[in-house]
Amino acid sequence: MTNGLDLEYSFNEALKSFGVPSEIAHIIWLPFPMLIVLVAAVVGVLVTVWLERKISAAAQQRIGPEYAGALGVLQPIADGLKLLVKEDIIPEKADSILFTAGPVLVLVPVILSWLIVPFGQNLLISNVGVGIFLWIALSSIQPIGLLMSGYASNNKYSLLGGLRAAAQSISYEIPLALSVLAIVMMTNSLSTVDIVNQQSGAGILSWNIWRQPIGFVIFWICALAECERLPFDLPEAEEELVAGYQTEYAGMKFALFYLGSYINLILSALLVSVLYLGGWGFPIPVETISNVLNIPLDTSFVQVITATLGIIMTILKAYLLVFIAILLRWTTPRVRIDQLLDLGWKFLLPISLANLLLTAGLKLALPRFFGG
Amino acid sequence: MSIAVTTQLICFSILSLIIIIGSLGVVLLESIVYSAFLLGGVFMSVAGLYLLLNASFVAAAQVLVYVGAINVLILFAIMLVNKKEDLKPIKYLNSRKLISSTICITLLSLLVRVDLSNSWLIADPKLSIGEESTIRLGEHLFSDYLLPFEVASVLLLMAMIGAIVLARRDVLSEDISTGLPVDQELIEKSDKPLLIEKQ
Repeated sequence: MTNGLDLEYSFNEALKSFGVPSEIAHIIWLPFPMLIVLVAAVVGVLVTVWLERKISAAAQQRIGPEYAGALGVLQPIADGLKLLVKEDIIPEKADSILFTAGPVLVLVPVILSWLIVPFGQNLLISNVGVGIFLWIALSSIQPIGLLMSGYASNNKYSLLGGLRAAAQSISYEIPLALSVLAIVMMTNSLSTVDIVNQQSGAGILSWNIWRQPIGFVIFWICALAECERLPFDLPEAEEELVAGYQTEYAGMKFALFYLGSYINLILSALLVSVLYLGGWGFPIPVETISNVLNIPLDTSFVQVITATLGIIMTILKAYLLVFIAILLRWTTPRVRIDQLLDLGWKFLLPISLANLLLTAGLKLALPRFFGG
Repeated sequence: MSIAVTTQLICFSILSLIIIIGSLGVVLLESIVYSAFLLGGVFMSVAGLYLLLNASFVAAAQVLVYVGAINVLILFAIMLVNKKEDLKPIKYLNSRKLISSTICITLLSLLVRVDLSNSWLIADPKLSIGEESTIRLGEHLFSDYLLPFEVASVLLLMAMIGAIVLARRDVLSEDISTGLPVDQELIEKSDKPLLIEKQ
């Protein structure tokens, strides 16, 4: 396994050659990956919004956005600008502190979770040891923000939406965590980088989706439920609750909810690709290709190419999943709240427990294929 | 002082300030909803303190269990039964306050005593395990702390069964709080609708 491109190391070495102490160099480096990931997340949202508009139009035999830029690619930017300059309204009888803090509490954990998304061996903000567990912990903060905004709006639809969001999020967190646990058991590590490296042995054949098909389906269903996407968008079901907890929000505060839900969707898709689809791995291992072509992997030119390939593969896999999520949204009806809770507690939870047991058994029986 | 130490000191002071002010707010604020939200903030800052101590797994577990589960359930309960009602005036309120503050001060002095009588210096800071801690925690839970671990799970099971018994009111023929006979039963039966009147 080669180390690949390590931008932080090269950056620090370059600064040291100018006589900057390593501690200062580290501090100068720190904001760069954060900024890049923030920009990547926001651009990802713009692309996803455009895709959502175009795919929904295709699903309903319309044209969709057309005039803003070629094929309407500038439409999401126009949407964003509209929300930015809209008047920021706080209802008179609302609790203004909680009303303002709610959307922030929804958005911040989602953005923090990007800390652990790897785009390459060294292309992530921080390879923290608790890795994927950090994401599970952070995503459990979100319902507090939803409850907060639902309560502070002083509106019965908002409160109902907030309560529904919290109930949904609690029920689906458990099967989600259990299916992640099965992967962690095979990898012997919580770190996302280790999880991808463990899948990189034989290209597409060694991806976790073949070893964890049940876990993959459970994780995808739970991720959709956590993102409040159709068929699980009960918290904002417009026919019943106007817009759920977002009813009273306008302008930039509403935009924060909007951003949060789309960033969460992209994040979930990225994590599905990291956990089950080999992350940044190419379907044919890069090592095999370089052996066939007889190129050493450690030259800087090849390193840049493999790093670029890794980023492209990660994004490609993630957007394939985003496409599936959008298609699901515009072609499936919404489930009822009792069906949603039944599915979570009576079906997904036992199945994910059984999957965990099966994985443990297979790990003991076939340590070569299921990680010894 | 190096930059790392200074940053740690600043983070520590901010977190401790949030914890102290937040927990005072939890106790003293009139609005129960504000108290519950502040409690979430206090739990988060405690997780921050764990992070400063290099215990990232414990910090993440703190966020997941206390903020994500316990605090959300508290909020849930408050918002589902948020009745606006005037509480009855309590007799001897002042003497009650006096007794509870005495107990709190006694507990505090006990904690201060423990704090002063222990030496908190780690023998060798390089021995701290950092990222290894997840593995070590698992080893301890399944060797020398196995009995407390299993007893805790039995306790949780008992609490769960108790909650189910209380929630399924058909087990009790009368309401435990009012003493009146239960007139409705909320049990799912395959041949009957969910909510039926009892004869």
